[in-house]
Amino acid sequence: MNLDIETALRGAARRTPGQSDAAAARFGRRALDEGLVDVAYAHVDSPLGQLLAATTENGLVRLSYLGFRDEDATLQALADDVSPRVLEAPARLDGVRRELDEYFEGRRSSFDLAIDWSPMADFQRRVLEATVAIPFGRHASYGEVAQRAGSPRAFRAAGTALGRNPIPIVIPCHRVWAAGGKLGGYTGGIERKRALLELEGALQPELG
Amino acid sequence: MALPAFQAFFDTHRDDVLGFLTALIGPNDAEDAFQETFVAALRAYPRLRADSNLRAWVLTIARRKAIDTARARGRRALPSDDLPETPTPPAPDGQPELWAAVGGLPERQRAAVFLRFAGDLTHRDIAAVMEASEDAVRKNVSDGLKKLKETLA
Repeated sequence: MNLDIETALRGAARRTPGQSDAAAARFGRRALDEGLVDVAYAHVDSPLGQLLAATTENGLVRLSYLGFRDEDATLQALADDVSPRVLEAPARLDGVRRELDEYFEGRRSSFDLAIDWSPMADFQRRVLEATVAIPFGRHASYGEVAQRAGSPRAFRAAGTALGRNPIPIVIPCHRVWAAGGKLGGYTGGIERKRALLELEGALQPELG
Repeated sequence: MALPAFQAFFDTHRDDVLGFLTALIGPNDAEDAFQETFVAALRAYPRLRADSNLRAWVLTIARRKAIDTARARGRRALPSDDLPETPTPPAPDGQPELWAAVGGLPERQRAAVFLRFAGDLTHRDIAAVMEASEDAVRKNVSDGLKKLKETLA
């Protein structure tokens, strides 16, 4: 009977998820070998929770706190802002992972990673370049960063640009504080900002 | 609506594509055709319209690659409707007779029957995948079912 065959076909085709895992791993290697991956990403564990790091051939293009913005949204943003040819390729992020590990272990105070500035608008780029220049353990105000970015009156816009920092930690927007010694906001939540500043010795751990 | 990141697209469709290729050309060749399918998809991906039917699109590529792979093996060309039987695809739920019978169908019927029932595609989407008219596809499905019924009777 046709109906039985249809049911059998439907049932037989219900496959265990992951049956293509081996083929998928092979495909990932081949896509890299053929230079077809515009954005390679990987998960990186850190004391501040899991991160998603992404790189192009120009350099690091994204570092997201997955506890703050989920993976789907992060990947979609990369597809929209950089290129839809986004693939998971952990080996491409080995250098990034190593420098982040060293930083969190207190063995590194500046990053030697190349940054891909190309997806950023000009003003944001100037603000974030000024932010990179703030040394480990120090801090600056939004107004000071705006001034160094060449737009001294644009401190609100500088705050917005910092709030949309696509590469926190490496572009150290946690070193930018509000006026009057207040910490201000942070792309990963204020607790993460505090933790980074404590790690750098710029802030005393809170007692009690 | 924007194109999803390729990894998300790939993870959504890779099991379906491998299943389809396995039904078309058997497990050994399916693995090679799988690689060719997604390499071609990745190459073309940035130029794809964001509102495309991604599932139909990748299955269309897969079917073309299955035909190429089978040709490269020196078999008779797949598009003809008198294809010799292919290796039996693995039967995940222990239905070897069923899959042997599907493997024995002419290629167009095999593809259409698989997409209709295993892939749960509409006739319209199957027509897109097979680059044929909806009427032709309906006939492929019903002829294929009829033949399966005879074989399995």
